[in-house]
Amino acid sequence: MAQLFIFGACRNILGSDTLELDLDELQIKSVAELNRYLEREYSELSTLNSLAIAVNEEYAPGDHVLKNTDVIALIPPVSGG
Amino acid sequence: MIDIQITEEPLDAAKCLSAISSHEAGGNAVFIGTVRNQPKGKEVLHLDFEAYEPMAIKEMHKIAARCMKRWELIGLAIHHRTGRLQLGEVPVVIAVASAHRKNAFEACEFAIDELKKSVPIWKREFFENGDLWVAAHP
Repeated sequence: MAQLFIFGACRNILGSDTLELDLDELQIKSVAELNRYLEREYSELSTLNSLAIAVNEEYAPGDHVLKNTDVIALIPPVSGG
Repeated sequence: MIDIQITEEPLDAAKCLSAISSHEAGGNAVFIGTVRNQPKGKEVLHLDFEAYEPMAIKEMHKIAARCMKRWELIGLAIHHRTGRLQLGEVPVVIAVASAHRKNAFEACEFAIDELKKSVPIWKREFFENGDLWVAAHP
């Protein structure tokens, strides 16, 4: 199972701060596919200004290949500083 | 010298500067971010800052390393606070030590600009009747 950490506005939308997904069973192979899955399951995510995905604590592009052992984070628009 | 910290304790600009101070430095620049009220709109009661801490530390290190190289700095410290802050309190301090002042000013501005773009930290404003994740929605 891949572990997802959910931050900021994403947490309000998903109603939880973590989520476990079986990427193999869901046939999610890339960051772009995960994005599509999440936007299908949680349509409100599309109201965000942006949604980045981090894999193992690094920003990951859409073609980044995912594994079930990855630690993934949903990164809504950041507003630190 | 790079010093990166995320803490729930109040920040101390002098401490941030002393973390990187050096007798080789001809100039130090310090940026102190403060929590402000929205100029127009609802009154902010307080704010919460939340970080994806391990990744935020990594991203701040990347920014610091870029600055160190590009401006040939002696030191750069970034201290960011998390948790609940009141208006006027300090969520971030950046201190830069350089042989020459121009590099210190430029690197300090670059560091705060990049921090606001890429470091996974989020600000939530609380009002009398609700709250808002800053910049999340159009």
